[in-house]
Amino acid sequence: MKIFGYKPTLSAWVGIFIVTFFLVLAIFAPWIAPYGEAETVGRTFGRSSAEFWLGNDNIGRDILSRIIYGARTTIGVALVTTILSFTIGTIAGLMAVVGGPVIDQILSRFVDIMLSIPLLVFALIVLSMFGSSIPTLIMTIAILDSTRVFRLARAVSMNIAVLEYVEVAKLRGEGLWWVMRKEILPNALPPMISEFGLRFCFNFLFVAGLSFLGLGIQPPLADWGGMVRDSGKAISFGLPAPLWPAMAIALMTIGVNLIVDWILSINARPSGASAEM
Amino acid sequence: MTEHVLKINNLRVESVSGLVLVDNVSLELKKGEVLGLIGESGAGKSTIGLSAMSYARAGCRITGGEVLINGTDIRKQDAEGRRDMRGKRIAYIAQSAAASFNPSHTIMDQVCEMPIQHGLMSKDEARKWAIELFTSLGLPNPQTFGDRYPHQVSGGQLQRAMAAMAISCRPDILVFDEPTTALDVTTQIEVLALFKKVVKEYNTAALYITHDLAVVAQISDRIMVLRHGKMVELGTTEQILQQPKEAYTAALVSERKAADHIAEDVKVEHNEPLLEVKDVRASYGSFEVIKGVSIAVAKGETVAVVGESGSGKSSMARMITGLLARTSGTVTFKGKELAPNYKHRSREDLQRIQLIYQLPDVALNPRQTIGEIIGRPAQFYFGMSPAKTKERVAELLTQVGLPVDYAGRLSTALSGGQKQRIAIARALAANPELIICDEPTSALDQLVADEILKLLKKLQDELGLSYLFITHDLGIVRRIAHRTAVMLRGEIIAQGPTAQIFNPPFHPYTENLLASVPEMRTDWLTDVLAKRQQKTA
Amino acid sequence: MFRLLITRVVLGLLTLFAISILIFAATEMLPGDVASAVLGQGATPETLAAFRLELGLDRPAYIRYLEWFTGVLQGDLGVSLTNKRDILESIAPRFGNTMFLAGFAALIAVPVSVGLGILAAINEGKWIDRVANIVSLATISVPEFFIAYVLILYFAVKHRWFPSLATVFPDMAFSTKLYVTALPAITLTLLVTAHMLRMTRSSVLAIMSQPYIEMAFLKGLPRARVIMRHALPNAAAPIIAVIALNLAYLIVGVVVIEVVFVYPGMGQYMVDGVTKRDLPVVQACGLVFASAFIILNTIADILGILVNPRLRKRNTGH
Repeated sequence: MKIFGYKPTLSAWVGIFIVTFFLVLAIFAPWIAPYGEAETVGRTFGRSSAEFWLGNDNIGRDILSRIIYGARTTIGVALVTTILSFTIGTIAGLMAVVGGPVIDQILSRFVDIMLSIPLLVFALIVLSMFGSSIPTLIMTIAILDSTRVFRLARAVSMNIAVLEYVEVAKLRGEGLWWVMRKEILPNALPPMISEFGLRFCFNFLFVAGLSFLGLGIQPPLADWGGMVRDSGKAISFGLPAPLWPAMAIALMTIGVNLIVDWILSINARPSGASAEM
Repeated sequence: MTEHVLKINNLRVESVSGLVLVDNVSLELKKGEVLGLIGESGAGKSTIGLSAMSYARAGCRITGGEVLINGTDIRKQDAEGRRDMRGKRIAYIAQSAAASFNPSHTIMDQVCEMPIQHGLMSKDEARKWAIELFTSLGLPNPQTFGDRYPHQVSGGQLQRAMAAMAISCRPDILVFDEPTTALDVTTQIEVLALFKKVVKEYNTAALYITHDLAVVAQISDRIMVLRHGKMVELGTTEQILQQPKEAYTAALVSERKAADHIAEDVKVEHNEPLLEVKDVRASYGSFEVIKGVSIAVAKGETVAVVGESGSGKSSMARMITGLLARTSGTVTFKGKELAPNYKHRSREDLQRIQLIYQLPDVALNPRQTIGEIIGRPAQFYFGMSPAKTKERVAELLTQVGLPVDYAGRLSTALSGGQKQRIAIARALAANPELIICDEPTSALDQLVADEILKLLKKLQDELGLSYLFITHDLGIVRRIAHRTAVMLRGEIIAQGPTAQIFNPPFHPYTENLLASVPEMRTDWLTDVLAKRQQKTA
Repeated sequence: MFRLLITRVVLGLLTLFAISILIFAATEMLPGDVASAVLGQGATPETLAAFRLELGLDRPAYIRYLEWFTGVLQGDLGVSLTNKRDILESIAPRFGNTMFLAGFAALIAVPVSVGLGILAAINEGKWIDRVANIVSLATISVPEFFIAYVLILYFAVKHRWFPSLATVFPDMAFSTKLYVTALPAITLTLLVTAHMLRMTRSSVLAIMSQPYIEMAFLKGLPRARVIMRHALPNAAAPIIAVIALNLAYLIVGVVVIEVVFVYPGMGQYMVDGVTKRDLPVVQACGLVFASAFIILNTIADILGILVNPRLRKRNTGH
C-alpha cells in the first residue's frame, strides 16, 4: 500500500497504527468507554481487575474509561492548538517575506524576543493572569508556538521567494496575493508537513505538562496529564496508576514521531558518512 | 604487466537504487600519459575518476571490475591498503578548490598532511617541499603563502594550491575532475598551462575529466568519449578531433568547432531602434555594478553582452527589466522611457520585454502544470478564456518543439533542455518584442545547448524578435550575435558588429579574452603561451 | 571580530531589557486589573480599592515599570502578595538548588550525548546509530513525568536504592545532596541527552557531506584522522550551539521534574506562584529564568564566533 506515492516503512506503519488507534478512541469515546468520564465507580486506587482493567484513580474513577475520554480532550486541544499556531505562523511568515522589509523586521524582531525566553516561562506568566480555561490554554499555546512556525515558514518562503519563477511572476505584474497563494505557498507547504507533526508532539507534551502541573485542562474533564497528577501519589505505594496515562501520552507522541521520521527520510539525501571508503 | 600504471577492467558502478552509472568501462594508462574522459552530464566520467581510487560517493556502489594500480587491484585491498595507495600513488584534484579545502586549517597544514601522514617526510621536510612546490607553481610569496587560510586566497590560487597538494607525494597518477570548470577563461588558461607543466615535469599519468573538448585537446594524449555510463569511442586526441568514428563524437566535435567561427547569417544590419540604454548607472547598496553604460538593440537583432564573472553583465539584464533600479541615465523602449523600477511599469511595458534564465530548474514553478505555466501570461495580459488559453498553449508547445500533451504534466520530470523550451514558450506567450536571455544555455549540455540556440534563431526569423543575450561564452556570441558588447567591471569597453569585435584591431582586454578561449586544435595552448612569452620578452 | 563580540553582548542586554518590558506588560493586559484578578469575585469594592493602593495601581504603568525595573537592578524583586515575604530571599536558595540540579545533570549529559552523537554520526546506518536513534526518539517522545515515575517505581519503591522525594537542606553534606538528587538528575539527563544526541548527530552529518571531507578520504587519511582533524573542528560551532540550547532547556525542563520530586527549586516556586496568582513572584521567576536563558545563548554565540576560523582570522581575500 502506498501513501502520497510512497511505501511506508515498518516503523511508519507502527506509527500510523498507533495514531489511528488513539483517534478512533477519541472520536468514539462514549461508545467504547465502559464507565462514565467523571463517575466514581470503585475504591480509591483500586488495583486492576476484570471489572476495572487498569484499576481506579484517587477518587475511584475507572482509569481505562478516563484514558479513553482523555484522548478526546488531550489530543483535541493539542490538535486545535497546532492547527491554529500553524495558520498564524504560516500567514505571518509569508507576510514577512512578501510584505517588504519593514513588516519583516517588525515581525522578526518581535519573534526573536519571544523566542529568547523559554515558552514554558511565558505560558506560566500568561496563565497566572488569565487562569486556565481551555480557550485561554489553546490561544496562549497557539500564539507562543506560532513564533516557531513563523521562523520556519519565513525561512522556507524566503528561499522560494528568491527563485526565478517567483521573479517571473512579479515581472509579469502579478499582485502580492497571487504570488503568495500560487507561487510560494504550494511550494512552501510540503517541507512543512513534517514540522506539523513535530509541532503537534511539542504542543501535545506541553499541554500534558501544564495539566500535570495543575495549570492546564481542569477537572472534572479527563485529560492524560491531569490524570498523572491525580494519581501521582499512588506511585509510592508501588501502584502503576499514574503510569497508564503517562504511557498513553508517550505512545501517542512516539506514533506521531515515527510517521514524521518516515516523512523526513523520504526527502533525506545520503550523507558523506555512508560513502564507500 | 606493470607497464600500465593504471588499468581499469570492466568497471561497473551502480546507484543504491539499482541504476547503472558506469557500465563495463575499461581503460589503461601508461606512465606520463594523459587520458581525457569527455562526456555530457550523466556520462559517468566523474564516477570513473573516483572509482580509480576505489571511492564511491554516498548512494553509489562499485559492483564489478578491477582497478589495477601498478598491477595491484586497489579494490581487493583492505581499508589500510586502499588508504596507503590513495594520495600516495593516485591523487585527486577536484572541481571546486574552495569547497575541497578545509576552512579550519591553513593551506600549509593541508598540503603537508599527505606526505607526513603517509610517512614519506618529516614535518620540516614536508614544509620545505611545500614551499618548493608553491614556488614552482607560481604562487605569490611562496614562503608565507601556506600560512593563510583557504578563504584568504583567490580561486585560481587555491586551484594551484590543490595541485600542489595532489603532487605532494609524487603520485604516479593524477585524477583531474573538471578542475578548471569553475574558473573564468582568463584564469583557466594559466591553471591549464600549469597542469600541463606538472604532468610533464613529474612524468605523472593522468585522467583528465571535462565536458569541454577544446580543453581536453590541449592536455591529453588520448581521449575517451563517454555517454550514459558507456564508452562511445576511444582514440588519440588527433584522431578524435580530426576523424571521429562514431556519430555522437562527430556531433560533439562539429558543434564545438562551429563556435570557433563567426556565423554568416549574423552579418546583417538592423536599423529600426527598439531598446535604447543611455549612460545608465546602477548599484547594489553602495557598490556600483553598472558604471555609465550605453547600448541599443534594434528590431530583429541579437545583441550579445559578454564578460567574465563580476563584469556586471547579469546586472544589466536586471537593470533593463527593472529588477535593479537604475540610479541615473535613461532606458527607452520604442522611444518611450521605462520606469527604473518594474513595479512602476505598465502591464504593456512589462509584457513587451520578457526574460529567460540560466537555470531552467528554478525558473519553472514545480507545483504548476506546464499548461498553467505557459497559459498564465496569455490569460494575464490578453484575458484569454480557458478554451482559448488551451489552444494558445498547444500552439506555443508546437512552436518550441514539444508534444502538445505536455500541457497536463508537471515540469519536474522533464530534462534541462525541455525545461528551457518551456521557459521560452512562457516568454513567447506574452507576445514580447524583446527577450533578454541571461546565459540560457550555460547550464545545459553542449548538444542540448545547441538545439536551444537553433530554436532561438528560428523563433527570431519567424517572429522578428530581438534578443539581448548575456553570456560568458564567446563561441555562442560568434554564432548568434549581430552585434556584441564586451563588459569589464561594470563598463562596456568595446561594442560593435560581431565581426568587427572579433577581428583586429582589438581592445587589449578583448584580445586577452579571445586568446583565452581554448580552440579545437591540440597545439593551441602551446601557441598562446609562446605568443605571451614573446610579448613579455 | 572584537566588534562582533561587543555587538552580540549588547544585543543580549537589549533582549533582556525587551523581555523585562514584555513580562511587565503582560500583567497589564489583564481584563480589569491585577487587584480584581487576585482577589477574585468575592472582593468588595473597598478591599479592592485598598489593594489597588497597596499595589500602586493608581499611578501610570510606565512609572510602575521604571520603579520595578530599577528595583530589579538593585536586587529588589519586590514582595510576595500571598505571604508578604521578600521575593529575593525566597528565590536565592531555590535558584541555587535549581542550578545545582541542572549542573549535576549537565555534567553527565554533555559529554555522554556529544560523544554518542558523534559516534552515531560517523557510524551512520550501522547498528550503534540505529540503536541511538530509536532510544533517543523514544526518550524525547515521552513526557518528563513518565520517565520520572518509572524511575521512582523501580529505583525508589521496588528496590529502595534512592529516595523518591528529593528533599534538600542548605546545610546538607555535598555527598548526601548528590545521593538525594540522583533520581531527578538522571531523569533530566536522559531527557537532555536524547535531544542533544540527535542534534549533535545531525550537525556532524552535515559536516560529513562536505567536499573537503571527501577530499580528506581521497588523500588516504585514516578515518579517525579525517573525523578528529577535518570534521570535528568544523562541527564545533554547531555543537556548541546545540549544547547551549539544551542547557537552557535543562533549566526550564527542571520545572516539571521539581514538581514530581518535590524538590525545593525555582520551578516549584514559580508554579506555586501561578497557582496562587502571586504576580510579583511569577514576574520575578520569569525574569530570572529568561535571564539565565539569554545569558546561556549569548555565551554560546560568543563561543561560536570564537571557534569560527573565518571570523577569527581577518579576512584578506575577496
